[in-house]
Amino acid sequence: MRDEHARAYWKANVRILTTLLSIWFFVSFVCGILLADFLDNFRFAGFKLGFWIAQQGSIYVFVVLIIVYVFWMDRLDARYQTNSKAANLKAANRAPNADEEQAS
Amino acid sequence: MSSVQLWTYLFIGLSFGLYITIAVRSRAGSTHEFYVAGGGVHPVANGMATAADWMSAASFISMAGLISFLGRDGTFYLMGWTGGYVLLALLLAPYLRKFGKFTVPDFIGDRYYSRSARLVAIFCAISVSFVYVCGQMQGAGIVFSRFLEVDITTGVIIGMTVVFFYAVLGGMKGITYTQVAQYCVLIFAYMVPAIFISMMMTGNPIPQIGFGSELTPEYGGGYLLDRLDNISEQLGFAAYTEGQRGTQDVFFITAALMFGTAGLPHVIIRFFTVPSVRAARTSAAYALIFIGLLYTTAPAVAAFAKTNLMNTVNNAVYEELPEWFYTWENTRLISFDDRNGDGRVQYVGDPALNELTVNGDIMVLANPEIAGLPDWVVALVAAGALAAALSTAAGLLLVISTAVSHDLLKRSLMPQITEKQELRYARIAIFVAILIAGYFGINPPGFVAEVVAFAFGLAAASFFPAIVLGIFYKRMNRQGAIAGMIAGFSFTALYIIYFKFIAPELSTPAYWLFGISPEGIGTMGTLINTVVALTICRFTPAPPRDIQQMVEDIRLPGH
Repeated sequence: MRDEHARAYWKANVRILTTLLSIWFFVSFVCGILLADFLDNFRFAGFKLGFWIAQQGSIYVFVVLIIVYVFWMDRLDARYQTNSKAANLKAANRAPNADEEQAS
Repeated sequence: MSSVQLWTYLFIGLSFGLYITIAVRSRAGSTHEFYVAGGGVHPVANGMATAADWMSAASFISMAGLISFLGRDGTFYLMGWTGGYVLLALLLAPYLRKFGKFTVPDFIGDRYYSRSARLVAIFCAISVSFVYVCGQMQGAGIVFSRFLEVDITTGVIIGMTVVFFYAVLGGMKGITYTQVAQYCVLIFAYMVPAIFISMMMTGNPIPQIGFGSELTPEYGGGYLLDRLDNISEQLGFAAYTEGQRGTQDVFFITAALMFGTAGLPHVIIRFFTVPSVRAARTSAAYALIFIGLLYTTAPAVAAFAKTNLMNTVNNAVYEELPEWFYTWENTRLISFDDRNGDGRVQYVGDPALNELTVNGDIMVLANPEIAGLPDWVVALVAAGALAAALSTAAGLLLVISTAVSHDLLKRSLMPQITEKQELRYARIAIFVAILIAGYFGINPPGFVAEVVAFAFGLAAASFFPAIVLGIFYKRMNRQGAIAGMIAGFSFTALYIIYFKFIAPELSTPAYWLFGISPEGIGTMGTLINTVVALTICRFTPAPPRDIQQMVEDIRLPGH
């Protein structure tokens, strides 16, 4: 039972990582480098978009990604901990019975 | 003594007094305190300490200058040195905290159940950190000599004494709390001139917004960046906001800096000092916020300084230049050679006609003077640069000392020593490391400055894959990891040595492998490390059960 929990937790964790790292790659390498020249065709205020993403925007996105990660993992931990607490409780409730069975 | 010097003595004196007070108050009594500050550092404090640990003399003094000369290509420093934190926060920090030992070689040695793996890791950690620390000492020496007109030797010795105080007495505990103070000093010193200049040039107090705004009428109006592009092109330089380097090169350099950031031992060990896995995650978020503050300001400073410089000097009569020009000419950071003898400064892109050579460091160091800011702001920069240099030096020295006393002596060569003896060895190691670093700070071998930038490539090619695979691939075994680290490290080191020392004349895109410069080759090293590790691992036995159990365990949060 605990192993299953652990596996589910790890799977959810890897899913979170994949999502966030895809955004990380897209913003920095795709928008900030590969497509920067194309994005420079768009402007806002005094910035060309590609230039802005490369020198400013990407850093803001990195900060947001880590903050989102902290929140998602907190939620995941909470869910997992309540689950494993429930499991432990069940196990604890079962334990005396198991002892009795052994005794008898 | 000039007013600037008086202010400089005041700020440096005050900040050093503060560091020493903290050092005396946080002496370490056990190896647990010496190596990981007792493991009870608050996430916000650790975030600040990580930021100071991370932002070196290079970030503080040189980065804005590099960007102002590279224009958009300077991006790889900005994204590379911040994007690595995403990798660190998501792929390394929480798991290494859960693992809960003291050092990076600890993890490599235990996870790969092998003394050879531990030794390889010790070697990589010490060589990466050493290269890096010499550059810091040199940086501290330069700041002293330029601002206080003492010679570099005296400067380095003063710096060494201060680091000695808090690193030897307090270990990680002393280092952590002084780094918190140093972060505050350095960010204040960086932001104040930036805000002043942004206000002056664009009327907007936030530099991040200011550099996308219109210039005030005194500066000629129009958007700052357009203006910068225009003057650059008129003078025959490349347009500021357009990239010049090959796209694949920029791609690889950015990636190498990111992997390297995530693999640098002195940054990783900071996450061993927080109380829990959750705190490790939170503190990575704080660290990047604190770092991002400086890193988003730097490109603004770069653009302001470049505009200001070109406006002030180009075609100006030499005799009528402002005072700062002559001061910095004395330090040779800026030099003027009146080739056509017209008494005016021609600053142009064509090397045959150009009469002005400018060292990038001036963009931060002299920026307040160029913009005509008050003396106390000028002096503040010196204190900030020293905080940046010393905080990073201390973090690196600690890695060297733990690698020697803990990994090499306690865990490999003489496991019978008591904790007290280990602590004494740690202090001796850090003392010796300070002496060696100081020596190289005073007599910098020509290669140090060159090699500092490559410390990232080496860290990327050795540690990053070994640690990530160790966490995310349970089947990864000793043979694979060791072969991978050796292959990645030697490939990267050889490529760099070849193009930097053996055949520097060949270091042009035409000869580079796939057009990748030595700065970016660490990414290739990372890939080679990974491929070699995965291949060898397939043909060798799986790691023992208890190691697989350990991997399962570090994947789960909790205590």
